[in-house]
Amino acid sequence: MSTIVSLPDQSTAALPKRNYINNEHGLLSWLLTGDHKRIGMLYLLSITAFFFLGGAFAGLVRLELLTPAGDLLAADTYNKMFTMHGIVMIFLFLVPSVPATLGNFFIPIMIGAKDLAFPRINLLSWYLYMAGGVFTLSALVLGGVDTGWTFTTPLSTHYLNTHVVTTGLAIFIAGFSSIFTGLNFIVTIHRMRAPGMTWFRMPLFVWSNYAASILMVLGTPVLAIAVVLVALERTVGIGVFDPARGGDPLLFQHLFWFYSHPAVYIMILPGMGVISEVIATFSRKRPFGYTAVAFSSVAIAVFGFFVWEHHMFIMGVSNYSALVFSLLTMLVAVPSAIKIFNWSATLYKGSITFETPMLYAFGFIGLFTIGGLTGVFLGSLGMDIHLTETYFIVAHFHFVMVGGMLMAFLAGVHFWWPKMTGRMYPESISKLAAVTTFIGFILTFFPQFILGYLGMPRRYHAYPADYQVLNVLSTAGATVLGVGYLLPIIYLAWSLKYGEIAGSNPWQATGLEWQLQSPPLTENFTEIPYVDHEAYDFEWLAHKQKQEVTTVG
Amino acid sequence: MDNAIAATHHGDLHDEHEHVHLPQHRHHFETEEQQREAASFGMWLFLLTEIMFFGGLFMAYLLYRNWYNPAFVAASHTLSIKLGAINTGILITSGFFMAMAVWAAETRQREKLVAFLGLTNVAGIAFLVVKYFEYAEKWHDSHVPGLRFSIADFAHLGVDMAQKTQIYYSLYFAMTGMHALHMIIGIVLIFWYMVRANRGEFTEGYVAPIENFGLYWHFVDIVWIFLFPLLYLIDLGAK
Repeated sequence: MSTIVSLPDQSTAALPKRNYINNEHGLLSWLLTGDHKRIGMLYLLSITAFFFLGGAFAGLVRLELLTPAGDLLAADTYNKMFTMHGIVMIFLFLVPSVPATLGNFFIPIMIGAKDLAFPRINLLSWYLYMAGGVFTLSALVLGGVDTGWTFTTPLSTHYLNTHVVTTGLAIFIAGFSSIFTGLNFIVTIHRMRAPGMTWFRMPLFVWSNYAASILMVLGTPVLAIAVVLVALERTVGIGVFDPARGGDPLLFQHLFWFYSHPAVYIMILPGMGVISEVIATFSRKRPFGYTAVAFSSVAIAVFGFFVWEHHMFIMGVSNYSALVFSLLTMLVAVPSAIKIFNWSATLYKGSITFETPMLYAFGFIGLFTIGGLTGVFLGSLGMDIHLTETYFIVAHFHFVMVGGMLMAFLAGVHFWWPKMTGRMYPESISKLAAVTTFIGFILTFFPQFILGYLGMPRRYHAYPADYQVLNVLSTAGATVLGVGYLLPIIYLAWSLKYGEIAGSNPWQATGLEWQLQSPPLTENFTEIPYVDHEAYDFEWLAHKQKQEVTTVG
Repeated sequence: MDNAIAATHHGDLHDEHEHVHLPQHRHHFETEEQQREAASFGMWLFLLTEIMFFGGLFMAYLLYRNWYNPAFVAASHTLSIKLGAINTGILITSGFFMAMAVWAAETRQREKLVAFLGLTNVAGIAFLVVKYFEYAEKWHDSHVPGLRFSIADFAHLGVDMAQKTQIYYSLYFAMTGMHALHMIIGIVLIFWYMVRANRGEFTEGYVAPIENFGLYWHFVDIVWIFLFPLLYLIDLGAK
């Protein structure tokens, strides 16, 4: 273990007198704020709430699957539960998670800007997000929706008497929140970088959010029009997807997956950015192959638009196009692998320390690698036909999105918590939470690979008794996982009042954000910095600390 | 709404060319030029999302036209090319007025700006009125899928293909309806901009909103420039 990191810096006994939190008071000053940091905190709060709501649905689904008979929930209630779990988790948690919270908070600071380019649009996107959330909840209260999160036509347009239109509206609105966030990021990164902050001096977190923003801006409108057409088909009865009138349900799938496959990268790319920051900081090395990691984000974004059809291999697309999309799907593995290899190479001979964010980052690498490799199975035509619509799929995307994205989100929250709040959280219990989450996750989702391989279909509330042992394991794992998620809520809330004062740079990290006081001032920088070094210049940091240059505030 | 503007503004940040700041200058931008560029870039990106939005509909049109060509030919012959052409003329005129409005804002002529915005709006509303008559005609002919539809006019295609005209009309209403919705939003915004222009807000060097709204209005025009040939004209020579 290295001795470079000294935790935490307690040279100052109190939080800075003036910061973005206490600069203004009252609820209204938060609800009408234009400050990207405050909006990031609003998002953090609301996203966490929706995460636990989505988690509660997951809990019910797992409880139902504890026994082979469908005895806890009726079939249609079960359908509503997994549908709400999917919708809430994807549209209200995974898509906005890192960009809207950590991205909002740190992207302007990392590039030396005082705010995002459009603060009012930024606030508007939070309100749109909340409106989307309220509509989703109202659909639930009115009786729920049971199409699955994919709204597959004609099931969604003709055969189900549930609240598809309300939920569709919710997704449409939440989609605009996502579009505006992406748009804001792109404009900010292009136009608001501080002098000297060239593209290849930017932190990798900014690069990966930039790539995700491109996907948000180009993909989300296509989902929006697909949802509008579903709503029109349900309400007034136009027939774009209705086979009875010559419409094509596959067209819906094309439009839906044109967004929803890239959406996976909207979810995972910002998480990859977090991991790059955490790995670099806690191995005290410049990320190996910085440029390759930066470009691999953009490559994932670009390839991400050419793979949607692999969701439709078994739905009657031509063999030729299935073959092409199978190949294209595997291409995405290349930039993803570049990231994994480069993180490993960064760790090699690094001065590694195992702080909590690093534990989560290791969890990310392990779980995402498994999730990614099983993605290659599913991209292969023959395997896909055997495994699709089974629990293998469920395990695969939970490994990528929960094992990947959620681990990254938690890594990021723990990494930047001292900067956001000015306080440290208790170290031993946070490490315990990270380990609990990892164990719980493996226990929950690994059995599902086997279940899927054995042939247990997804979306059924009852199953043959042969599958029970693995299902019990999975449900037990979900309980452990739940504990792993609840712990951070408790100790992070505790730390707000009782946590040790963090000081400006508790991790001895190099990013611009760590040169500011914790929590930062409302205006970030009293004077716009001139940037003359790359984001990961540890020598520059050591030199700076030797000179004891005082930081802002 | 941007907190602590007063607190952050130090004259020394703009040491080179110290000049009077417009009230609209937001202080997280270093210069007004940067603000204007950011707004313009943001607008172009937004229009890109609009292209993707309409793109889904054009995709559907392409696909079904390929599959159900006879139904599409027959159904497109029921549209009134005359009304469509009038509307195209109206829209191009409104685009011209909008361009003049931008010019008036840039050359700081308040009264002309208000007048040209007004003319743009008159043309926009005229477009919607014509559109209303077209929709009424479709309603009268029972060509509104889902609500009031009969294949009587297309019996010569055979029942199966005649049914497919519903797809054509579904797309017709979805595409022109989405376009009209964009017009309505634009018209409401123009009224708001007229009020503000009248106060002299855009004729003191702060022209970004007018320029960007101009981009929006031209975009909506261009969508129609694609819709008119695709829906009305493409089958002109076909039987």
